Amino acid sequence: MRLPAILLLAGLGGMADAGNVILQSTTSTANSDLYDHLLPRFEARSGIKVSVVAVGTGQAIRNAANCDGDVLLVHARPAEEKFVADGGGVERFDVMYNDFVIVGPQADPAGIAGLDDVGAALKRIAEAEAIFASRGDDSGTHRKERTLWEMTGIDPVLASGLWYRETGSGMGATLNAGIGMGGYVMTDRATWITYGNTQDYGIHVEGDPLLFNQYGVMLINPERCPNVRAEEGQALVDWLISEEGQDAIAAHRKGGQQLFFPNARTAE
Amino acid sequence: MPEHTDRNDATGTGARRIELRALAYDVAGTRLIDVPALTLRPTGTTVVMGPNGAGKSLLLRLMHGLIRPSAGEILVGGRPLSPRQCKAQALVFQKPVLLRRSTVANIDFVLKARGKDRSRSRSLLDRVDLAALADRPARRLSGGEQQRLAIARALATEPDTLFLDEPTASLDPESVQAIEGIVAAAARDGVRIIFVTHDVQQARRLADDVVFLSNGRVAEEASAAAFFNGPETDVARAYLSGHLDRLVET
Amino acid sequence: MPITASDGHSIICLAAALASAKSACKPLPFVGMSLVFRKFCRKREILQQIAESVGLAIGLLLAADADLLEIVTLSLYVSLSATSIACVLGLPLGAILAVTRFPGRGPVLVLINALMGLPPVVVGLIVYLQLSRSGPLGFLGLLYTPTAMIIAQTILIAPIVVALSRQVLEDLHLEYAEQFRSLALSARQTIQALLWDGRFALFTVALAGFGRAVAEVGAVMIVGGNIDHLTRVMTTAITLETSRGNLPLALALGIVLLALAMAVTAAVHGIRAGTAGHADA
Repeated sequence: MRLPAILLLAGLGGMADAGNVILQSTTSTANSDLYDHLLPRFEARSGIKVSVVAVGTGQAIRNAANCDGDVLLVHARPAEEKFVADGGGVERFDVMYNDFVIVGPQADPAGIAGLDDVGAALKRIAEAEAIFASRGDDSGTHRKERTLWEMTGIDPVLASGLWYRETGSGMGATLNAGIGMGGYVMTDRATWITYGNTQDYGIHVEGDPLLFNQYGVMLINPERCPNVRAEEGQALVDWLISEEGQDAIAAHRKGGQQLFFPNARTAE
Repeated sequence: MPEHTDRNDATGTGARRIELRALAYDVAGTRLIDVPALTLRPTGTTVVMGPNGAGKSLLLRLMHGLIRPSAGEILVGGRPLSPRQCKAQALVFQKPVLLRRSTVANIDFVLKARGKDRSRSRSLLDRVDLAALADRPARRLSGGEQQRLAIARALATEPDTLFLDEPTASLDPESVQAIEGIVAAAARDGVRIIFVTHDVQQARRLADDVVFLSNGRVAEEASAAAFFNGPETDVARAYLSGHLDRLVET
Repeated sequence: MPITASDGHSIICLAAALASAKSACKPLPFVGMSLVFRKFCRKREILQQIAESVGLAIGLLLAADADLLEIVTLSLYVSLSATSIACVLGLPLGAILAVTRFPGRGPVLVLINALMGLPPVVVGLIVYLQLSRSGPLGFLGLLYTPTAMIIAQTILIAPIVVALSRQVLEDLHLEYAEQFRSLALSARQTIQALLWDGRFALFTVALAGFGRAVAEVGAVMIVGGNIDHLTRVMTTAITLETSRGNLPLALALGIVLLALAMAVTAAVHGIRAGTAGHADA
């Protein structure tokens, strides 16, 4: 490390963005322009500017654990609850949900089109040894996918590099790769709706309650991380689960489709 | 021609007397320079002659402190050669190494580096007849012009002693004449000149004294008149008659 | 909705078809882009397409979308700052290494040459760990700022500047060394003279550093966070658009980035040409 250079720059300092609340969140929410829709409304209401860092859920939680940010909005409930239990976050709130779908090529080599039982679909993919592109990046989507595989009793990692392809990338990059290989991909619906490079792909599996995808939001613990802008951050959390925030989430649409379904109140 | 008397020996020109004692310079076990004793008088123009490979350039570099002798010592004005004394000397190389700047900037650079009066650059260029080319890129000058600039740059350091290492080799006759004129003028101004050449006619024109080297040894050391009228060694005789040069170069 | 790939003449056409199908060009809305791209696909010659796509990218630049302008400006600001700092630190260091001999110089040169190959993402990670709130420099609050991106890119390209300038200046010094010793120059005067006389070659060294900085994505993505209107630069925007499947927009941004790099290079060569008389070897 070139510490002198860093200190020199730090001395120049001025670029540090003191004012914005930093929201550690996921690519699925950011890529579907949800924040472009929500944050101007929140800013108009509160005067608080928010910067979004969009990474996988796993990395977002790790960043938050390093105190790099003020608010965390991700979708991996067990990991979130563990994060709060470990003192990383203050209190977790359900904020909204959408669902996962499995997309595939028109040719549908595993013959899963139209299934509403995700376990059966995964079994058919494994039996057909049809290519399946996995995030493989410890994201919320990846964790969900692993849970579903466990439920089927199949360990796809045994076929890693064969028909099970772990990209280690974000949702969009995994879609690009999966479509490039003619394989199946499990994606959140919001990413899919806003994704541009669909080619002959379509949704083959949807509607299974197991594919339910809950998002949670929490303030990063200011007692553990003194840099956290607790007041502004909490204002963002409160607004997201308020009636106004929930209505704004429901109003976000792409191509006429609603992407996220607010459920802060019903979850309470 | 300057007189050959050592005026003011202790403090003035005497400080320029160069004495070599048991001087040796070896490369990879081969003795390239072997001079048991040689004293160069402190004034005038000494021409160092000898066939190719005789060690003329090495001797010059040793006296200027660019390389260290393997044995023996070099005294200048009675004292071992010091960085301060080296600073009072200047050397013009066979191939001028000019900075990638304008002609005048090459002079300015030396004046500034040595803490000299920067306003002298124009008069220095006048001395070598380059004032008209002052703002030309130095590396675009002709070979002769480049060498004149190199001499002006050497003179900019106001040296006691000016070494020139075959400065006119591979130049056209006109440039040779111009450079000889500049060197002679500097000698008249009191600069001690030590000039390496293998051009016998040039040596005749410039020399007050001659040091003739052969195989790293001083074969002869004499006044110009004595040397050219009656060389004492066979090798010098052969060289002056042109035989040795042909012998060595083929 | 599904579009088949088989009838596309090239990636560009395919991308154009997708763009027109989805018109998903936000958050950088280039009006009429899909139209222009669609026009592409009527052309058969790939060379013609490339030429036209370059023209299109220039058109995008000239149309100067506010968001695009912001991203381009930040890219230039970050990478030029990093290049400047890397040169201010690296050129004298390269000159010192070129001129001096000291025990351990060999291993130092090997190390610096090896550092030239540092993956940007590793540099990003190292800087992240320093600047993270839980890291030693977290108190500075620099993470997710352009300053953090400048720091990361400076570290990324400083070894390039040091190693290449060392090579350039050592070659130059080989030519000058004896003359400089005859002139009894100090080490400082020698280094200053070498830096000045080598300036044209050093411009190229700086360009190499700038090229690596402006093209890298791994480091700025981690320490900048690709935050819209704050730390989003050309390469992170291209990555984002690619991950959204907006390949035409990603490609257009790539061409704009190329144009940007060419403009900077041309500017430097313009400086060179303007004063080239002194640069003869």
